[in-house]
Amino acid sequence: MINSSLKQLSGQLAAKKISSVELTQFYLDRINKLNPELNAYITLNAETSLGQARAADARLAQGKGEALTGIPFAQKDIFCAKGWRTTCGSKMLETFVSPYDAHVISQFNNAGAVNLGKTNMDEFAMGSSNETSYFGKVKNPWNLKAVPGGSSGGTAAAVAARLCAAATGTDTGGSIRQPAALCGISGLKPTYGVVSRYGMIAFASSLDQAGPMARSAEDLALMLNVMAGFDERDSTSLQRDKEDYSRSLEQPLQGLRIGLPREFFGEGLSADVGKAVAAAIDEYKKLGATIVDISLPNSRLSIPVYYVLAPAEASSNLSRFDGVRYGHRAAEYGDLAQMYEKSRSEGFGEEVKRRIMIGTYVLSHGYYDAYYLKAQKIRRLIAQDFVEAYKHCDVIMGPTSPTTAFNLGEKGDDPVQMYLSDIYTIAVNLAGLPGMSIPCGFGANGMPVGLQIVGNYFDEARMLNVAHQYQLATDHHVRAPQGI
Amino acid sequence: MQWEIVIGLEIHAQLSTKTKIFSGASTAFGAEPNTQADAVSIALPGVLPVLNKGAVERAIKFGLATGAHIAPRSVFARKNYFYPDLPKGYQISQMDLPVVGKGELTIHVPAVGKEQPYEKVVRLTRAHLEEDAGKSLHEDFHGMTGIDLNRAGTPLLEIVSEPDMRSAAEAIAYAKSLHTLVRWIGICDGNMQEGSFRCDVNVSVRRPGGELGTRREIKNLNSFKFMQQAIDYEVQWQIDTLENGGKIQQATVLFNPDTGETRSMRSKEEAHDYRYFPDPDLLPLEIGKEWIEQLRATMPELPRSKQLRYVNELGLSAYDAATLTASREMADFFEATLQAVPKDAKACANWIMGEVSAQLNRDNLEMPQCPITPQQLGGMLSRIVDGTISNSGAKEVFRTMWSEGGAADEIIEAKGLKQVSDAGALEAMVDEIIAANADKVAEYRSGKDKLFGFFVGLAMKASKGKANPAQMNEILKKKLAG
Repeated sequence: MINSSLKQLSGQLAAKKISSVELTQFYLDRINKLNPELNAYITLNAETSLGQARAADARLAQGKGEALTGIPFAQKDIFCAKGWRTTCGSKMLETFVSPYDAHVISQFNNAGAVNLGKTNMDEFAMGSSNETSYFGKVKNPWNLKAVPGGSSGGTAAAVAARLCAAATGTDTGGSIRQPAALCGISGLKPTYGVVSRYGMIAFASSLDQAGPMARSAEDLALMLNVMAGFDERDSTSLQRDKEDYSRSLEQPLQGLRIGLPREFFGEGLSADVGKAVAAAIDEYKKLGATIVDISLPNSRLSIPVYYVLAPAEASSNLSRFDGVRYGHRAAEYGDLAQMYEKSRSEGFGEEVKRRIMIGTYVLSHGYYDAYYLKAQKIRRLIAQDFVEAYKHCDVIMGPTSPTTAFNLGEKGDDPVQMYLSDIYTIAVNLAGLPGMSIPCGFGANGMPVGLQIVGNYFDEARMLNVAHQYQLATDHHVRAPQGI
Repeated sequence: MQWEIVIGLEIHAQLSTKTKIFSGASTAFGAEPNTQADAVSIALPGVLPVLNKGAVERAIKFGLATGAHIAPRSVFARKNYFYPDLPKGYQISQMDLPVVGKGELTIHVPAVGKEQPYEKVVRLTRAHLEEDAGKSLHEDFHGMTGIDLNRAGTPLLEIVSEPDMRSAAEAIAYAKSLHTLVRWIGICDGNMQEGSFRCDVNVSVRRPGGELGTRREIKNLNSFKFMQQAIDYEVQWQIDTLENGGKIQQATVLFNPDTGETRSMRSKEEAHDYRYFPDPDLLPLEIGKEWIEQLRATMPELPRSKQLRYVNELGLSAYDAATLTASREMADFFEATLQAVPKDAKACANWIMGEVSAQLNRDNLEMPQCPITPQQLGGMLSRIVDGTISNSGAKEVFRTMWSEGGAADEIIEAKGLKQVSDAGALEAMVDEIIAANADKVAEYRSGKDKLFGFFVGLAMKASKGKANPAQMNEILKKKLAG
């Protein structure tokens, strides 16, 4: 059962071979057994989960089940869920219980899915190793000494360890794709605006996008069907016709043009990752694809641009955490300024403070033009590179991350080294394009390698098709960590 | 030595939408604290702003009313600062690209002392949309501060003028004209006590023709009276400071109505760095020509256009025209009344600006609560014009209509106020008076002209006040002449 696809689970639930309550209890038991070691979940609420499971069973009994009805999913703790503690991985929100549902949460609820729990994450989604969480490090199920990646590290670990059927993540600079790669699972960051950001705690509003993380492209498609769609509560949500992201899964890849950006295969890419990606490209050739050499000349600037824009937005987005209305407030303070200072100093961790300071600096009078405005201009150039590239290819492929999972603590003292872990993913957020990562083999240390697939705007169905056909031909995605 | 006063205004007009600028919470005034604070108003984690189209429409209407450029694309920006009643830690406003650009407003500056009233065109720099903050309540919380977020997110239009005003009188005339205009076009209720129309006044002084002086900004004036007092005090303070060899430091000041003084709140050095940047949660606001034209079609005739029409077509003075257009209700009342007596605009204007306004004032009423209708007043005026009643008779009709209601004709009938215009009857009356007062007649005829009034009095008494005065005068003159 732990290796069943969502489609199989749905079939078993519909056929009453298993109930949602049984399935939910099964996962809760696994979580109780394995989570103390992995720390993939921050908050569980078994009674609520089982209540949803009972409701799902009743709905299934009436024959009103949908594709995800009764299936237990984990939700990244960045999504506000009514009645659930929603921490965003921060002490600041340690006791915050949301009075409302994020759009993504209500979409899952309306589909009859079960919320199994809230997954661990880097604090306010700022990190690439899940080590910045106030609620402790998450361990990579493939090697307990290694990081799961971040910021959706709890979700990636939970999916890889089969502690849920699948789960949600969010991606601002690679936070779905990089942990998916490091934990050997599949993850999709949709085109900016496809999934509503309402109720998703903002890190960098112009880059944040929610997406599914699962064990196969086929599962991702079913989840995206539920998550995507126009929401009037998010002004950046796009008004488009509802689409079925599963519709093209079975399409053959004959004639597919894959662009390989030379900038993604140069210095900094570890040999074993490069080898696994090359093997995946060879597999695609066998499937009928042709390879096109492309260039994304401005992508080398994506890390500096990102580390101006994302902190700028974050510094403002995180101002609401001031200890006045909810969240952490210092126990003692003299005056208002001190209340702010102490509450925020105590409530935020180091990485969050670092980014607030960078962001405040680049927006300051006298620096705005040199940093923020210039970064915005380069952001447009980076996006333009992709427009140019898609004149010659249908999808772009490359490594998701330059290395396999590194060890816990390995990059803790060097933020820049940590930032480089997202070197291949960030440009995609800056351009607002859809990107995904799928398992494509293992590195020298036996750790999973991710293949990144970047599509043109709104090409999610095509990307899922490209991923699914590869997964039909290979078995990297069905491998499970030892001892799980 | 002479000093020239230079004043520019920033006015925050609260837009009259039912819901907030970025959420569906109510904007109604006076509710229990925090009962109109939804998830967006209290800035819960994860909530997002959605722009209220009604607020944009009101901004466009303002642009149309001031002949301003309406930006086809404007941008919302975040103004970042920490304050307990600013729930997000930033205010959503507009900075580089405001929705309304340069416009202008013609103001009427009333006579002050020996100076004649005059008109002046004030240039408007811009008007932009933004959200209001909540309120900090410092009383009743035992050394703590209460926060009421009902007002947080209320839509404001910040209207910025050029430094074109040269006296407190001009500044107030401008603020009043704008106050009239925003109510006229229905975008703001103008309630100053409730904070719907708040004025920040930038004041500096300079030698005539010299460089602009350093300005100080008087914040949050919520009455025209305070504005006058604050400007007077501030101007004198600046002149005294400069004449005593001091320098003006750029600062934000508050006016204290109890002392009548302005006091510095923060200097330029303490000014915030607001770190403005475009709000990534909101798309640029795009306004198509079609939308503008749709709204243009709904615009009422504006006060300026009415004033010109009243002067040029109805022959009223500029002062009368300005007074009658002080509010849309006043102008509507005037025009509806005029329908009954189209050729007597001046009489119409005089009655409305005189008796009607005075009576409203005495009863502490506004024009919409006026107990008599324009039709009633018009009915009465037409009876003055056709000679049915005298002016004094009209005053009685008016008083009766005001307190008891009824149409002029009914009141004239019931009270017997109809003038006697029958020449035969009047002549008979005069003959009797002459016969009974032979001695006075003799005196009059020997040159004591002043006695004419005595005969008028007798005649009016004899007619019980109903004699047509003009006609009676004529008969008296003729008969007394012998």
